[in-house]
Amino acid sequence: MTTPTKTSKLIRGATGDWEIVIGMEIHAQVTSQSKLFSGASTEFGGDPNAHVSLVDAAMPGMLPVINEECVRQAIRTGLGLKAQINLRSTFDRKNYFYPDLPQGYQISQFKHPIVGEGVVIVDVSPTEQIKVGIERLHLEQDAGKSLHDQSPTDSFVDLNRSGVALMEIVSRPDMHSAEEARAYVTKLRTILRYLGTCDGNMEQGSLRADVNVSVRRPGGPLGTRCEIKNVNSIRFIGQAIEVEARRQIGILEDGGTIDQETRLFDPSRGETRSMRSKEEAHDYRYFPDPDLLPLEFEASLVEELKVSLPELPDEKKARFMRDFGLPAYDAGVLVMERETADVFEQHIALAQGTVEPKAIANWLINEIFGRLNESKLSLAQSPVTPEGNVTILRAIATNEISSKMAKDILEIAWTTGRAPAEIIATDGFKQVTDTGAIEAAVDAIIAANPDKVAQAQAKPALLGWFVGQVMKQTGGKANPQAVNDVLKQKLGI
Amino acid sequence: MTDLTNMTLAQARDAVRAKSVSSTELTTAFLEAMDKGRGLNAYVAETHDQALAMAKASDARIAKGEIGPLEGLPLGIKDLYATKGVHTQSCSHILNGFKPAYESTVTAQLWRDGAVMLGKLNMDEFAMGSSNETSYYGPVASPWLRQGADKMASRAALAGDKKGLLVPGGSSGGSAAAVAARLCLGATASDTGGSIRQPAAFTGTVGIKPTYGRCSRWGMVAFASSLDQAGPIARTVRDSAIMLRSMAGYDPKDSTSVDRPVPNYEDAIGASVKGKTIGIPREYRIDGMPAEIDALWAKGVQWLRDAGATIVDISLPHTKTALPAYYIVAPAEASSNLARYDGVRYGLRVPGKDIADMYEKTRRAGFGAEVRRRIMIGTYVLSAGYYDAYYVKAQKIRTLIKRDFEQAYADGVDAILTPATPSAAFGIGEKTSADPVEMYLNDVFTVTVNMAGLPGIAVPAGISAEGLPLGLQLIGRPFEEDTLFSLAHVIEQAHGEMKLPEAWWA
Repeated sequence: MTTPTKTSKLIRGATGDWEIVIGMEIHAQVTSQSKLFSGASTEFGGDPNAHVSLVDAAMPGMLPVINEECVRQAIRTGLGLKAQINLRSTFDRKNYFYPDLPQGYQISQFKHPIVGEGVVIVDVSPTEQIKVGIERLHLEQDAGKSLHDQSPTDSFVDLNRSGVALMEIVSRPDMHSAEEARAYVTKLRTILRYLGTCDGNMEQGSLRADVNVSVRRPGGPLGTRCEIKNVNSIRFIGQAIEVEARRQIGILEDGGTIDQETRLFDPSRGETRSMRSKEEAHDYRYFPDPDLLPLEFEASLVEELKVSLPELPDEKKARFMRDFGLPAYDAGVLVMERETADVFEQHIALAQGTVEPKAIANWLINEIFGRLNESKLSLAQSPVTPEGNVTILRAIATNEISSKMAKDILEIAWTTGRAPAEIIATDGFKQVTDTGAIEAAVDAIIAANPDKVAQAQAKPALLGWFVGQVMKQTGGKANPQAVNDVLKQKLGI
Repeated sequence: MTDLTNMTLAQARDAVRAKSVSSTELTTAFLEAMDKGRGLNAYVAETHDQALAMAKASDARIAKGEIGPLEGLPLGIKDLYATKGVHTQSCSHILNGFKPAYESTVTAQLWRDGAVMLGKLNMDEFAMGSSNETSYYGPVASPWLRQGADKMASRAALAGDKKGLLVPGGSSGGSAAAVAARLCLGATASDTGGSIRQPAAFTGTVGIKPTYGRCSRWGMVAFASSLDQAGPIARTVRDSAIMLRSMAGYDPKDSTSVDRPVPNYEDAIGASVKGKTIGIPREYRIDGMPAEIDALWAKGVQWLRDAGATIVDISLPHTKTALPAYYIVAPAEASSNLARYDGVRYGLRVPGKDIADMYEKTRRAGFGAEVRRRIMIGTYVLSAGYYDAYYVKAQKIRTLIKRDFEQAYADGVDAILTPATPSAAFGIGEKTSADPVEMYLNDVFTVTVNMAGLPGIAVPAGISAEGLPLGLQLIGRPFEEDTLFSLAHVIEQAHGEMKLPEAWWA
């Protein structure tokens, strides 16, 4: 590490400050119709052993054949991670016995992965950005699943997942807080979803993380790490890191040492516990898989995939800031999901320049996203259409309605499903911009409150009280800007 | 009916085409011969009903004029080829009861071309052995007897411990014995370190291991994936050429198979070898090689020279390192390939108190001693700390061996002539109690070819002092099997067709 970790991220122990060092191995299921080396379907949720080919079940004499779409997906992902694409890589066998591993080995890439070094830019907060280095990305087979709850005496094996393609994305130990780790996984997931190379669905296991955690004195040598296996939600990743760091600090501060081991996070008890120690670690006896030739492709394939890549979140964010004048935070929120960014741009297109992009961004972020979250709806399920939103925003822009009215209109539209244009036209949401009516109201209030007038003239900040009174009197329909102007003029401030 | 089984595959083919014999007649004759020859233990599963059904279907096709290259010809299939619904165990107990739901590419191509399956042939367990004595189903007796052997006593030995009888070689011992004993017209075999060529040499038959990638490995129970290759054992060079044409070909299901057209190898039979350059590698003249092997080799040289070939001395300097390197690479791959036999999904399962116990009990009961030895060797050489010293080094040696051959071919050599084996067949039980390395030495002339991925053919060329067949080996350039057939045919012609033993076992 070249830059020291911010003091705010250090953990205060009994004997001083500690720094957490985090690296991650993310297993991302490749979005593909069929498995990495067989034609069986990758569909989630079939009956046990419904998607199993002879190859997946490791029948005698069966041979793997690489699925080229999985290779293309890995290359796309590598490009999305700004990583080096290796035109020649090899598959190795990782040997170990387990009932859900029918071949007795997993086909993986050990020595020569398909993707080399890259980088992910992570927004930790609106004001803080970090770079997380990618060490490598390789392709490998997923294992099946052992079912221990089907019979009191036997375990069963479901091979539906056996042979499904995974990308293992290995980061450098560039993260120093649970927050950074969460932000990294979030960003990585965003990139994968943009690329369409992994659906990022953590509940279904499409994205799983092995989290390596160690602690050290700030700037000191690296501590011994523990690997927390198979954490399957972003929230749990954060929790696991925090409890694991606390555990390690506790041991070290009591004069103990950390054993390098593999641990499991138990969310219900909020603790990590030992799975196996380094001494019990497998000797995987990696060697090149003799059933497969080295994976080789031309640079032209990489180029072809590069030009067909969608705009990625970082580029999109930069464009939103540049072309629409959005602040970094707004742009960051909007590009988090490709769908959100698309909807934002749909609004821009519908508004045809009649509404400021910033106003659209504010409206979506502050009004729409919150409501969607509350009602657990997706953007596509929003009761108010982009046309409806633009109608409301355009009415604000032309002073036809006030911001306050806009919110009321949205509420009605949201709950009743009525079109905003119709609500504005029939429900009396017309803002009073007629200066004559406003002047009359102002005059009346000034006449009734001579003491306040004197105070306001001495302290112009009290103008707000008058604005409030006028709005009250006009039933909220007066244009606030017009009210302000008239008041200032009448009060002489 | 014995006339029919005495035909070569080419003769039978021509007879079927001329409609002078039907597939059913041929098949019936072989089924009867198998019945009488059961004592040899060449077959581990006889598919009597299926054979007759296939023959009947073939006769129907012949009647319609649909005649494939192997139409109506009864063949034996080595037990490591997956045959749908039929015993497929690589002669191991661990695959107890296994009948696949699929057909190997090679056998599917034989049936496509009209052939008939007689049954599954005995072999060393998982093709690990050079004498067919590691089979779970017991050893195969060679149809050959040493000169002066008592036929009655030999017949009696068939039913007993087979002491005094000879091994047919291995691992394709059942294939070689069945062909030599006329229990099939030809047989599929496979060769990882010499498993086609050594038993062919021991039984006076012809066996070719084609170039790695020439035949699909899909549906062949794997031993060592980077070395395994399918090939035929047959009575004559022509017969093996006919069979290989049907067995060979690109298969998208095997990533290591090679996409190039399959020539009609039979066209190479009788082609002139004039002007061909034959290399004689000095490193194959090993210490303690019997004089009769040396003489056989010299005779082969003379025959090829007489046919117009140019003979040159060559050097393949890394020959000596091939056998030790092979016994690292092959067990390493085997240790991984055989991991799938774990008692979970198919084959043998011996219950245990937990999963690890079940694994251990199943594999202890399911694998024979030689297979266990190779799994242990393979596991050892791949282990952390030993990998570089053994596996990586062996792969480097492999590259050097390949380079030796490439150099010879670059210098203008068309093929290389060597003895096929360092001796004639030995007796059953003679080498099983000895140091296993003594058995491994059987492959000293053949493993280099697998390590280099080249084609190699064994062809009968003489008879030992004990009256047993001896073979020569020709090694070719990649994918130039046709040159090997031409050269082997010259030797076959010069030697005269091998006179096969009388059916003392029947």
